[in-house]
Amino acid sequence: MLVLTRKKDESLVIGEDIEIIITDISEDKVKIGIKAPKKVKVFRKELIQAVENANTESNINNDLKINMLSKIIKR
Amino acid sequence: MKVSTKFFGELEVQDKDIINFAEGIPGFKELTKYALIHDEGTDFSYLQSVDNKSVCFIIVPPALVVGNYDIEICEDTVEKLEIDKEEDVLLYAILTIPDDLNKMTANLKAPIIINRKNGKGKQEILDDDRYEIKHKVIKEADASC
Repeated sequence: MLVLTRKKDESLVIGEDIEIIITDISEDKVKIGIKAPKKVKVFRKELIQAVENANTESNINNDLKINMLSKIIKR
Repeated sequence: MKVSTKFFGELEVQDKDIINFAEGIPGFKELTKYALIHDEGTDFSYLQSVDNKSVCFIIVPPALVVGNYDIEICEDTVEKLEIDKEEDVLLYAILTIPDDLNKMTANLKAPIIINRKNGKGKQEILDDDRYEIKHKVIKEADASC
């Protein structure tokens, strides 16, 4: 992993068209601006992990009573 | 093709119902091929991994859970799934169903998007604060009766 030190208002460039700007620094937080093409998706990692966890959880119930489902959702 | 399923034993699945998730599904990156199985007479469908019998997502049309579900599919996904027309798109929400069925939730934040024309699919994470990963399907008041 590449580790760089940047100051406030400095930035770095990834590839041709992505720029990461350090817009503000406080005690335990940094504020980051991202300039990237619209098709590049940017997410907080926690969100992706939450989706992974939900997917895993949705597969846990192995002895699910399928026939009960339609009764419950149709009322 | 014949597919071993988690809930229904062995099923014959038509080619048009085999969906390719080129990037896998978050948490299950290595599994890319799923059978889309419709449960006749109910609103439930199933995304059954072709390669791992124990992986099966129970899915419903999001409109069943919330009245109007209007989302924007990002350009990148439109390109990757080669979507030409809106009517080719199938949208589903994955259900998480605990032992207490009343507590089931639907993932409206990351819907399954399928282009039925070419059988390409993706789970899209929306940049949209209106929708939750764990949206309660059954409201508290209904659950008590």
